[in-house]
Amino acid sequence: MISSLTAEKLACARGERKLFEQLSFRVTAGQALAVEGANGAGKTSLLRMLAGFLSPAAGRIVLKIGDAQSDDAEERGRQVGWLGHHDGLKPQLTVREQLTFYAGLYAKPADAAVLDQVGLGRQADLPCRYLSAGQKRRLALARLLVSQRSLWLLDEPFAALDTAGQQLVAQLMARHCGAGGIIIAATHEPLGLSNESLKL
Amino acid sequence: MSPFWTLLARDLKLAARSGGGAALALSFFALVATLVPLGVGADLKLLSRIAGGILWVGAVLAALLSLDRLFQGDFEDGSLELIALSPLPLEMTALAKIAAHWLSTGAALTLLSPLLALLFNLAPYPTLVLFLSLLIGTPAVSAVGAIGASLTLSLKRGGLILPLIILPLLAPVVIFGAGAVAAVMDGFSPNGGLGLLAAFSLAAVLLSPFAAAASVRLNLGS
Repeated sequence: MISSLTAEKLACARGERKLFEQLSFRVTAGQALAVEGANGAGKTSLLRMLAGFLSPAAGRIVLKIGDAQSDDAEERGRQVGWLGHHDGLKPQLTVREQLTFYAGLYAKPADAAVLDQVGLGRQADLPCRYLSAGQKRRLALARLLVSQRSLWLLDEPFAALDTAGQQLVAQLMARHCGAGGIIIAATHEPLGLSNESLKL
Repeated sequence: MSPFWTLLARDLKLAARSGGGAALALSFFALVATLVPLGVGADLKLLSRIAGGILWVGAVLAALLSLDRLFQGDFEDGSLELIALSPLPLEMTALAKIAAHWLSTGAALTLLSPLLALLFNLAPYPTLVLFLSLLIGTPAVSAVGAIGASLTLSLKRGGLILPLIILPLLAPVVIFGAGAVAAVMDGFSPNGGLGLLAAFSLAAVLLSPFAAAASVRLNLGS
């Protein structure tokens, strides 16, 4: 389990444009951090940097697991549960097949009860092409749960969800933090749980 | 099932369900092989003489049809990010995708080739050598193609540039493959051509996952 994630004087540039610099923060186990900011402020870039997709222009990200700490991006990526702009779903696969695929890929058991948790139990054998945008987001949440990663990086986690769906996300996030996980979420809306916030 | 086999099985399932991979490649291959005898005429000697070259070029072009989607679909829908965060190294991801592409396209083209060789009046032994050369050589097409597919990943209409990148790299495969068939027809042993083809294919399959993974990594960070 991750003890903490520390960002030290991070800088991010896209082309000639500097998105942010000298950005430092620390998130410990059981905490959630909401990353706020206007469109184009660099929220998604920060999440991609934390996931290890983007390299920082300056600074470093240190992950502490127990007593060991590392700033290796690939090692950090192995701890990340990712919910990005795209849901990573294939229209040709059924809901159950999609979940089984990600469970196999992350070498975790495919727990069918997860589908009930996100309200997709009755759609288990439906091809993903028939799901609404909100249902796709719910399936992406199921995938996030199945991955059993302790560092959740969520980009607009409430996007496309109705009120019930947003409450579900808030519950899942609260449960994740309660179990000692870490959440960093880029959002324009309140996370619905006690959290720190970072303005870009 | 391990993450590698999970990804391989999913890609094969997607290829079977989308219908755009093997079916399209096989139809294209069959059409090329049917049109050439119509264009060249009924000179059976000439047809059997050019069979190796034509069928090899047809197979490479047919395999190209689905290569641009090797990483593209996963890149566009966000799956590639999730795969990159899985315990499966990107090099093994690329290898799984190469294997899935070969099984759904290269292997299918190879199995069809003896039937198409009949259209060219190819004798049984050269047909067997053609079959073997495709069996040995088509993995190289998928492997080299994976490098091109990963390089053109974030380019709009990258599929148009892909053939320009990989066709020159595949020239040795066509030369050795068609050369093995030609050697048999001239009464020589095909072993030299097949051996070189096997060496090229082995090197491509072993090395291309590293190149493709590096390129995917760059594209994910762009």
